[in-house]
Amino acid sequence: MAADNKNRTSVSEMIEQQKRKRKFFNQLERMIPGLLLIIASISVLTTIGIIYTLFAESVAFFRNVPILDFFTGTVLKPLSQNPEFGVLPLLNGTIISTVIAMLVAGPIGMMSAIYLSEYAPDNVRRVIKPLLEILAGVPTIVYGFFAFTFVTPLLRMIFPSIEATNILSPGIIMGVMIIPMIASLSEDAMSSVPNSMREGALALGSTKLETTFKVVIPAALSGIIASFVLGISRAIGETMIVAIASGSSKNFSFDITGSMQTMTAYIVEVAGGEAAAGTTIYYSLYAVALTLFVFTLIMNLLAKYISRKFREEY
Amino acid sequence: MATKYMDAELVGKRMSSRVRKNAGWKGLFFASTLFGLIVLAVLLVRIFTQGIEYINIDFLKNHLSTDASRAGIMGAILGTAWLMVVVIPVTMVIGVGTAIYLELYAKKGKLQSFIATNISNLAGVPSIVYGLLGLTLFVRALEFGNVILAGGLTLALLVLPIVIVAAQEALRAVPGSLSEASYGMGATKWQTVRRIILPAALPGILTGAILALSRAIGETAPLTVLGIPALLIPFPEGIFDTFTALPMQIYYWTIDASLVAEYANLAAATIIVLLVLLFLLNSIAILIRNKFQQRY
Repeated sequence: MAADNKNRTSVSEMIEQQKRKRKFFNQLERMIPGLLLIIASISVLTTIGIIYTLFAESVAFFRNVPILDFFTGTVLKPLSQNPEFGVLPLLNGTIISTVIAMLVAGPIGMMSAIYLSEYAPDNVRRVIKPLLEILAGVPTIVYGFFAFTFVTPLLRMIFPSIEATNILSPGIIMGVMIIPMIASLSEDAMSSVPNSMREGALALGSTKLETTFKVVIPAALSGIIASFVLGISRAIGETMIVAIASGSSKNFSFDITGSMQTMTAYIVEVAGGEAAAGTTIYYSLYAVALTLFVFTLIMNLLAKYISRKFREEY
Repeated sequence: MATKYMDAELVGKRMSSRVRKNAGWKGLFFASTLFGLIVLAVLLVRIFTQGIEYINIDFLKNHLSTDASRAGIMGAILGTAWLMVVVIPVTMVIGVGTAIYLELYAKKGKLQSFIATNISNLAGVPSIVYGLLGLTLFVRALEFGNVILAGGLTLALLVLPIVIVAAQEALRAVPGSLSEASYGMGATKWQTVRRIILPAALPGILTGAILALSRAIGETAPLTVLGIPALLIPFPEGIFDTFTALPMQIYYWTIDASLVAEYANLAAATIIVLLVLLFLLNSIAILIRNKFQQRY
């Protein structure tokens, strides 16, 4: 009888234990979504953090420098006795380096995409695509080194008037860096054009080239343009190549054989120079970064809008 | 009057020029594709020939020095390693957690699409802007100073979108039949996620994480903003020590090459070390992908 009793209690104990255990797991189960939401919100907090710091410190900057002077000033002399903070020289450098990069990356990336998507046999594509990915994986500091120590001397052998730091050589190398991006995104867009459309054009007697230019590219245009816009955004935000190879001249000029400073390179120069917190030059970092941030954000949103809005559905 | 459908003669006459045009453009397209690869080849050959003779045991294990013949990069190697000690756990926990939330827990709706849009926008923010965030938040506001923890957290935030997107894709690729079988056996949602879905998605997650890591290792711009010293500093021994890192070392030697010409060669040698490291990491990623690639 006693053993029976003991047994019974132990069973009910086991049930109790099981209940407690289940209660714990149930609680855990209910807590998990909340915990994961907290983790997921860190990326949102990052965005808020970026926008808040850029705005808050820029406001401090614009208290010292009128906002109109900043955006219309063609003179940037942050370190002089009477400092002037016009952003136009930096904008000018950024735009010129971006244009040079896109003149290289646009046509070459696009033609690579056409080759890979329309002409290349499968085995060639299988070799070339990973190699292009390597090109995209090289750290930008390596490109900067290459532009400064190889491309610039090479250019100076051909055109002796080029300065030791100039915007042309980093612009070209930035273009090379962006080629794989444009090539692979444009190729994706072209590959997703259905084969029936190509076959239709070929059956009507078009050559492959005519099919490509008159059927495939128009059909894939939204994706191709989006890839260009993303390339531009990448070029605007690129830092190390221009910081190393383009020098720090803040002149407002259009001479691509001379030194120019981009917005990104300015941030590197000023932040690396240990600008004391609270000075106008320190706050100018944030005003420039805010301008940079807005530019790239607009480009990224534009790319998204183009590829969504003008996508042809088949 | 008979309708003229096609002038066979005219078409025939133009045919050969059209075919030739096609062949010519094809050559141009191929040459363009080769252009990028040729630049890559020139870059690698140039850097290897310039730097290879500077690589020896002393170069790898010595302290930094202003004397080019005695300078070593052990401090930079350790700095990069310590950075990874911070970056890996932070990105794995936050990246995978966010991906699990978005793919498996979040209801399709405004909140989920808001977070997803936010992540894709973050991926497009220039890395130098992350540097300013790190400078303001970690170095100054939280008063870490320019130590490994600050650098590591900055880099972690920077590569987070890459890890999240890769983990999302890996989770999405796990077939629904697996989790349904788990539910059918009476498992709860978290049990299913932890024991079934995560292990199945792990190779994909690891591949993405390693690629993100190699991005973080080569990233220079955010570190320049944090104010990493170029001076001789002791080897870092923990996450609260000041540090230098491989890309920072390359940067300082490159910009100082106009003062001491030999620094350019040291920079090239450091680049070789960095590239070999990245090559190893990428090989591991490819190995994992090939070995564990399961087809359901």
